[in-house]
Amino acid sequence: MTTATPEKETAPSVAYVPTAESLGAVLASGEQPPRPSAWSASVTFGWRAMLKIKHVPDQLFDVTAFPVMMTLMFTYLFGGAIAGSTGEYLQFLLPGILVMSIAMITMYTGVGVNTDIEKGVFDRFRTLPIWRPSALVGALLGDVCRYLIGSTVILLLGLVLGFRPEGGFTGVVLGVALLIVFSFAFSWIWTMFGLFLKSEKSVMGVSMLVLFPMTFLSNVFVNPETMPGWLQAFVDVNPIAHLVAAVRSLMAGTPDGGEILWTLVSGGVILAIFGTLTMRLYNRK
Amino acid sequence: MSNNRGELAIQASGLIKTFGKTKAVRGIDLEVPAGTVYGVLGPNGAGKTTAVRMLATLLRPDGGEATVFGHDVVREADAVRSRVSLTGQYASIDEDLTGTENLMLLARLLGHRKPGARTRAAELLEAFGLTEAADRQVKNYSGGMRRRIDIAASIIKTPDLLFLDEPTTGLDPRSRNQVWDIVRIIVGQGTTVLLTTQYLDEADQLASRIAVIDRGRVIADGTPGELKSSVGSGSVHVRLRDAAQRSEAQQVLVRTLGTDVSLQPEPVALTARISGEDSGRAAAEQASRALAELAAAGITVDDFSLGQPSLDEVFLALTDHSASDSEEEVAA
Ligand SMILES: Nc1ncnc2c1ncn2[C@@H]1O[C@H](COP(=O)(O)OP(=O)(O)O)[C@@H](O)[C@H]1O
Ligand SMILES: [Mg+2]
Repeated sequence: MTTATPEKETAPSVAYVPTAESLGAVLASGEQPPRPSAWSASVTFGWRAMLKIKHVPDQLFDVTAFPVMMTLMFTYLFGGAIAGSTGEYLQFLLPGILVMSIAMITMYTGVGVNTDIEKGVFDRFRTLPIWRPSALVGALLGDVCRYLIGSTVILLLGLVLGFRPEGGFTGVVLGVALLIVFSFAFSWIWTMFGLFLKSEKSVMGVSMLVLFPMTFLSNVFVNPETMPGWLQAFVDVNPIAHLVAAVRSLMAGTPDGGEILWTLVSGGVILAIFGTLTMRLYNRK
Repeated sequence: MSNNRGELAIQASGLIKTFGKTKAVRGIDLEVPAGTVYGVLGPNGAGKTTAVRMLATLLRPDGGEATVFGHDVVREADAVRSRVSLTGQYASIDEDLTGTENLMLLARLLGHRKPGARTRAAELLEAFGLTEAADRQVKNYSGGMRRRIDIAASIIKTPDLLFLDEPTTGLDPRSRNQVWDIVRIIVGQGTTVLLTTQYLDEADQLASRIAVIDRGRVIADGTPGELKSSVGSGSVHVRLRDAAQRSEAQQVLVRTLGTDVSLQPEPVALTARISGEDSGRAAAEQASRALAELAAAGITVDDFSLGQPSLDEVFLALTDHSASDSEEEVAA
């Protein structure tokens, strides 16, 4: 395989000599294809993200190990205390933990953009006559794949631990689909920070500062009715809380139209605001 | 790819770019005729990369205007992008991907479908002598191979204008010659090339016109011959067998060449500037006359060479400071 090949030294026995015939032929090469559509350019960048996962598989560690740890930790930490048994609590907790874990790993999007954009290859992408956001949309499509892998791992672990969703297969798939759609929109917050902040470290720092309150001050672990009024007010407007409620309802087989709509609208608003800011920064880079 | 005679590939006037307090480019004018290699020569920090990035639509100028084939680089950036390619100073290639993957990725972004992209990648790798390395990650390529794949990536769609930012800096002589050959072939097929470099001999070898830039300004431009004649055509380096004959040799050289002759730190070495004529032949003629005179005076010459003026000499002649001073001052 490519990665196992020893470096540099396989120099060809005959030194390379550029010739007018061979180079001339590739230069004159035929008719130009039409420029790709916005969608096709984005998918191509998504393919690049897949290739990067293939060559640098370490990046899958974040999206698997972290969710597994979260699920195990919180099921056994709170299971007995809150619901009396881990099995019962899991029915409530798992959709919430799923949302929380995926929301947490969206921050790697910002880190990825921050390191990627500094490399020379982005100069080349930015001189191509293609739809401008496609490089970032494509990177996010790659991230969507990572979210899917993370979701699958959590759901499988949940099933092993005793999660039995009433909504069945369809309910679970719809729940994951809603989560992924929202996460795609939500990730634009991090692409903005990825372009805006100087270092990987500061991107991580800011992400934590936003993500911890948004995920913990929600309905992931407990019913907000037990919380003080001011905290309930925050949970009421926290899009993550609405997403959790919507995913929970889908997986339980009792879809809550209001929560689903809330989630989609807040996703759309986030995308409109942070997508615009991201592209403004990207064009100015 | 129409390169009508007299058409301008690039026309820039008063380009300015400031980063914080650094005035990277402070008013650059350029006129690059289509179908030629245009050299932008300057020391590190002169503003070459910044100027190229503005012309390639990567940076928005703070002042001035530029058009590429008549399209404004700010207002009609998309039209400019469809006609140019850039090979940046640092690899503009994804090091984690293989050679094939890199070229396929770009071919698909230029509109090829998957099978077409694969064919295009394969034929380019072949033409650039990289077939054997096709399935290796670019981070495992040698410096010369990286440059080649970088240039190959720039001609997936043959551009009308190719920017090459210091394409040979850091390369060994053989790889440098390969890049020079590639550039000559590309321009021979009708593509205009704007090439930046720190080496006078590179600009001299490839470019039909050169702009010398220093501290963000064009301080001279013209054909390589014109530039060199403003400096002198080079210098003769002479090594004597016997150090005792050096002052005599110095007198002979001053008399025949009519220029300054400097004594080198080594007691047997002298260097004489050759002035005047713009063609290499005149310089060689003068040098051989000097040699003959030395022999006639009974002075034994052990070694002898004819050197081109260095960028530093060009700088000294054009400004009142040397290229390395300029770098320090810009960095300060
Ligand atoms: N992005 C940037 N931010 C701040 N300063 C920069 C930036 N890019 C270049 N410079 C400064 O601008 C000057 C010109 O740089 P550059 O165009 O890279 O020169 P060259 O390519 O001729 O070596 C240098 O002093 C450099 O430090
Ligand atoms: Mg540079």
